[in-house]
Amino acid sequence: MKNNNKFRLDIWGVITLVIILLYLVFMIYPMGYLIVQSVIDGETGQFTMENFAKFFSKSYYSDTLLNSFKVSIAATICALLIGTPLAYLFSAFRIRGKAVLSILIVIASMSAPFIGAYSWILLLGRSGVITSFFRDIGIAIPDIYGFGGIVMVMTLQLFPLVFLYARGALKNIDHSLLEASKNLGCSGIKCFLKVVVPLIMPTLLAAALLVFMRSFADFGTPMLIGEGFRTFPVILYTEFINEVGGNDGFAAAIAVIAIVITTIVFLAQKYVSNRKSFALNALHPMEEKEAKGGVKLMIHIFAYLVVGIAIMPQCYVIYTSFKNVEGKVFAPGYSLGSYEEAFNKMGKSIQNTILIPLLALVVIILLAILIAYLAVRRRNMLTNTVDVLSMIPYIVPGTVLGIALLLGFNKPPVLISGTMLIMVIALVIRRLPYTIRSSVANLQQIPMSIEEAAISLGASKMKAFFRITVPMMAAGIISGAILSWVTMISELSTAIILYTGNTKTLTIAVYTEVIRGNYGTAAALSTILTALTVLSLLVFNRLNGGKEMSL
Amino acid sequence: MSKISIRNAVKKYGDTTVIPDLSLEIGDGELFTLLGPSGCGKTTLLRMIAGFNSIEGGDIHFNDTRINDIDPSKRNIGMVFQNYAIFPHLSVRDNVSFGLKNRKTDKQKLKEETDKYLNLMQIMQYADRMPNQLSGGQQQRIALARALVITPDVLLMDEPLSNLDAKLRLEMRSVIRHTQKSVGITTVYVTHDQEEAMAISDKIAVMKDGVVQHIGTPRDIYQRPENVFVATFIGRTNIVPAQTVRGAVCFSDGYQEKIPALEGIEDQPVLCSIRPEEFVICKSGTEGIRGKVKEFTYLGLNTHYYIDTDEGTVEIIEESSIEDELKEGQTVLLKVKKEKINVFDQSGSVNLVRSGAYEKQQ
Repeated sequence: MKNNNKFRLDIWGVITLVIILLYLVFMIYPMGYLIVQSVIDGETGQFTMENFAKFFSKSYYSDTLLNSFKVSIAATICALLIGTPLAYLFSAFRIRGKAVLSILIVIASMSAPFIGAYSWILLLGRSGVITSFFRDIGIAIPDIYGFGGIVMVMTLQLFPLVFLYARGALKNIDHSLLEASKNLGCSGIKCFLKVVVPLIMPTLLAAALLVFMRSFADFGTPMLIGEGFRTFPVILYTEFINEVGGNDGFAAAIAVIAIVITTIVFLAQKYVSNRKSFALNALHPMEEKEAKGGVKLMIHIFAYLVVGIAIMPQCYVIYTSFKNVEGKVFAPGYSLGSYEEAFNKMGKSIQNTILIPLLALVVIILLAILIAYLAVRRRNMLTNTVDVLSMIPYIVPGTVLGIALLLGFNKPPVLISGTMLIMVIALVIRRLPYTIRSSVANLQQIPMSIEEAAISLGASKMKAFFRITVPMMAAGIISGAILSWVTMISELSTAIILYTGNTKTLTIAVYTEVIRGNYGTAAALSTILTALTVLSLLVFNRLNGGKEMSL
Repeated sequence: MSKISIRNAVKKYGDTTVIPDLSLEIGDGELFTLLGPSGCGKTTLLRMIAGFNSIEGGDIHFNDTRINDIDPSKRNIGMVFQNYAIFPHLSVRDNVSFGLKNRKTDKQKLKEETDKYLNLMQIMQYADRMPNQLSGGQQQRIALARALVITPDVLLMDEPLSNLDAKLRLEMRSVIRHTQKSVGITTVYVTHDQEEAMAISDKIAVMKDGVVQHIGTPRDIYQRPENVFVATFIGRTNIVPAQTVRGAVCFSDGYQEKIPALEGIEDQPVLCSIRPEEFVICKSGTEGIRGKVKEFTYLGLNTHYYIDTDEGTVEIIEESSIEDELKEGQTVLLKVKKEKINVFDQSGSVNLVRSGAYEKQQ
């Protein structure tokens, strides 16, 4: 290999510097500004730890931290407990309608988290359909609000992530390993616990981290159904909204605490999973077997029940979107009234929902390809810096990033708050690490010699890259891009901080309509969002050549 | 067409020196092989010629042009990679014409040239297929056509046969040899397979630890290796210690053979390299190295013997005879074919049989 480990100011060197500059301006500067704000007294400009002292001394604030931990840990454990066995059953047994179930699980995982929450209110809330039904026959069921509800909604929202991760890992387990286990007298559930789970442990840990981070940073769900049970992102949001124009310091301090916690969790996960990692490669993947009798029935009941419950809120929202609405309440009969209302009110937000993520996507793809190339083919001090910088958004909750961007850019020299640009920047920063990871994995599959062949045949470096390497990466890039797109159109926690009337997106529209109690419009809007999501996933499946999705 | 001269080339990775100081000349139209165990620096040297490795010292010339600082895309080199590096998203034809397109060849010429090499490599019928539908041997042909179509000054091949199965390897070996001869292109070929090197090369450079041990024709390298490493790396051999006395090699048991090339050389302890076929087994007589048959394997054409001597076990190959072969445990006397064996000084670095006269004759 050519001596690529030294920095040279060729075309790739320039690209490296430009990318670092972009990160410095749009991520490090606002984050740094946020940290400075948290330790500066707003009036005197002196250094102070007042904000942190305030947070930890009042249980009104510090309890939210505990609450967030409780919720996130509970949700992570539940998601693992449901997702892992389900993935194993899907890999090990024949289940009728498996393809459809798999797609439904993907759809469930891809919908905006708070839509689930809002739908569960309609089902299990105080005047929810199921609650009323049981109340009428004289059974009081526990309501959805508070700790239990949040955990339930988050679990149902996030177990598909565990499922998809575990499915991917199970594909790499060689069948002979399971046969060996059986041969040594360890089969069934024991084999699952003693052999399968340890083998996919690294993947499960990665999935657990993702679930934890998502539930820790989730703002919509606790906001809607938390009621008295306030979590960290909720207090961060309310404090920030209250404090805008006044002292931002306290909100900044909460944001800093959030980053510290997610960083610790991230590092802890890395430490544990580094010690447990090993390479698996299946020559003969697991074979699906036909289960017998009672076992078969149990497997089917479990699979259909879990998927049914997971997909139920989506279905119910779609159903209610066609109901008649009088004032703010659903009335008997069906019409397209809610859609009419939705389009009248929110025409612009639909447009924004397409435009903003699309712009972000273009930037993300371009940057991800370049950064992936630098990280794989040009390892040096500076590209390592780029690599580290690009990973930071992993551990920064969306709300925190939103606040940092707003604080950093709401005054000259860079006054871009309230514009579409700042929304695009936020999406790019948040989604880039995922696309970079998949591009890196993609690029590592392509041997360096292919590019060298092109160069030895007279192509310039840039030509070799764009004519040979990029087309070879294309399939992976496009499927990654669609997944990014799907997550971006349902993004809430950053957008909620940054939006203005002109840059409102569908998710924000749904959120505000739910808060205002306009359930009909909210249902119509979220149905549109779901339709967009499903459509995108269908395109993804088509492009991905019918291969099953892996994250 | 070019001759290549490499003078005092140095390659370092950080503080580790991989090639300390390497010079060699490759003649115009020659198929020159870099041969050596893995990690000896042969691929590193090839990639220095190609321009994918930086050069930390010395010069590389194609004819009179110094190429050290020329961009790899401007060196006019054809290269065949170990994994072929076929572009999977381009058809066979587009792969082959890729280099011509970069040279902005006009359409008419581009088609003619591409067709010529598709035909030469006998892959015309696959021209419009995608590479992943083709076998390893066919991909190899694409790689060769792609490298040759640009009429490069130099063709570089990095272990091109190592990904093929044994049968295809033999077939492609002769394809490469014939194509190279008919195109008449200077070729540098890297391999760790000595049989492949012997079969294909005009000249071979045997390398070890970044140092060229011996440059010569296959025959020269096999028959008169420059040092013990080359003798043991190429083919099989027995290293037997001995002593020179007035132009004769004296083995243990008082057996000695007079070797003309050793005349006038100071008496000294030496190491003799005696290949398995350079021993003669005598069942009776008085002269020879005393030995005892340890085991033997009958292979039809030949019989392999392992014979214990005072200097250790030696390996001997003899044409099988019609009468009963030797028995295990039988005592025998071993003579050597004195015109064939090589005698090295005790450090193993100088071949005493390669006299000045011999060098000149080469």
